[in-house]
Amino acid sequence: MLAPAVLTTTAIVFFPVAQTVLLSLRDAVLYRPQDMPFVGLANYKRALDDEIFWISVGNSLVWVVLAVGLQFLLGFATALLLNRSFSWRAAARALVVVPWALPSVIIGLMWTWMYDFNLGVFNDTLVRVGILDKPVAWLASPDAALYAIVLALTWQGFPFFAVVILAGLQAIPAELYEAAAIDGANGWQRLRYVTIPSLAGVMATALLLRTIWVANSLDVILVMTGGGPGLATHTLPLYAFLRAYSGMEFGYGAALAVLLTLALLALVVLYVARAAREAAR
Amino acid sequence: MIVRRSRWRQLVGTELPALLVVIFALAPYAWMVLSSVKPTADLAKVPLVYLPGTPTLAHYGDLLARTSFAANLLNSLIVALGAVALGLAVSVPAAYAFSRFRFPGRRPLLVVFLVVNMFPVVLLIIPLFVLMRILGLLDTYGALILGHGTFAIPFAVWMMTSYMNSIPPDLDEAAMIDGCSRLETIRRVVLPLAMPGVVTTGIYIFITSWNEYLFAMMLSGHEVRTVTVALQLFIGEFQIQWGLLTAGGTLVALPVTVLFLFVQRRLVSGLTAGAVKT
Repeated sequence: MLAPAVLTTTAIVFFPVAQTVLLSLRDAVLYRPQDMPFVGLANYKRALDDEIFWISVGNSLVWVVLAVGLQFLLGFATALLLNRSFSWRAAARALVVVPWALPSVIIGLMWTWMYDFNLGVFNDTLVRVGILDKPVAWLASPDAALYAIVLALTWQGFPFFAVVILAGLQAIPAELYEAAAIDGANGWQRLRYVTIPSLAGVMATALLLRTIWVANSLDVILVMTGGGPGLATHTLPLYAFLRAYSGMEFGYGAALAVLLTLALLALVVLYVARAAREAAR
Repeated sequence: MIVRRSRWRQLVGTELPALLVVIFALAPYAWMVLSSVKPTADLAKVPLVYLPGTPTLAHYGDLLARTSFAANLLNSLIVALGAVALGLAVSVPAAYAFSRFRFPGRRPLLVVFLVVNMFPVVLLIIPLFVLMRILGLLDTYGALILGHGTFAIPFAVWMMTSYMNSIPPDLDEAAMIDGCSRLETIRRVVLPLAMPGVVTTGIYIFITSWNEYLFAMMLSGHEVRTVTVALQLFIGEFQIQWGLLTAGGTLVALPVTVLFLFVQRRLVSGLTAGAVKT
């Protein structure tokens, strides 16, 4: 009964992963498939001397910390709000998850359209309100592009945290709050000493998971800027992809993909240890 | 007086911020839909015209008549249904085994299916491209369905196992005591009870496959181009026609939004277990 799942997964996941690792040890380029000399760790050495690699690593760090951090904060706040009772709460809970359902390509297009220099609603509104004197080329300016995409990704990702944390909030026993109220705790103290400690496990799992996925994701960036202007929005997975896809340098692209995986390995191990513990219960 | 003050507090402290969050969540979507029904002249006016003077479906008509978008929609549908079929076909038996049998290596194997979901796409995509080329599958439905299997199968195995675990094994035993074989038991007792889980898992695979872009772009060419790839290519092909693009975006986004609202509440358990790709 397990055979079909195990065999298919081996064929379409583990076989390719093994191939990538082997490919990363060769000098492989698409236009000469017969000649792929074994070069040992040369691709990895090349990465360490590659300025673009380090720029991508730096952008990846900014990208992950900002995008995950903002998604988390906004998601947490949303969950707290949607846990209170008000008449249209059910509708609010349903509507808030909408961004999560959308394809990355659509998210990229939608936000590119809103960020448009002449016709975008962003510049239009900010200039009308008086926050900006003149329109900004959000996605074409090296200083703003990465942050503009982070905002789009925050929009896409905050519902995930909202839904997960809301589920966690609903599982906190009401007695804890009653006890805290009897002890005279105010709203802030209840949040600090009851809510947050009770949610620590859920939050840690959600943060780990989200960090892994945001670190791996490249489609929104690919659609919105393709890594530009210049190298301003190059992240590590995007750089690996561009090397392999546009540059046709499969060997070097594979080495970059392996480096990304190794960088995330610690997080994956931490996460899996937590998830396996939960599954065992 | 007290009642009025607390009503005021409720309004400013809870409902207003909640409304702001809902607006933030919906505004980009609404802007896309709104742009798709604006006449082309309105789209190019500066300063912007927020509401269309006379809403029009012209962009939708153009999109379906002048481009290959209808065919792309069909391709996406076929690939997504294929991914659902593949994912469920291999994962339901596997989930039954994980849930009902105790065998050496069960836990580690289950964990493997979880880890697989976290591999970066860039780690898989190059060799899958090479593999599909060698097999002559590039630009076929098969290639895309297999590509999407890389996330559909591990997700489905994990979700279905947790659904099966929630069905008491006593029921299987009772059926077998009554003379059912194991296969009959699965067909007549376990599957009907697991049906909500099968449906939720299937719908979620459909959504992820429909939304997927990277595999679709790498493994397809002209023949089986999906909507996500087609939309992205429109940017290059035409001088960006935002009316067409937002119309296409709306057509792609609407079905998955409806499906997602339908399954999202049931997904939460799988979410925290980490099986749901976002």
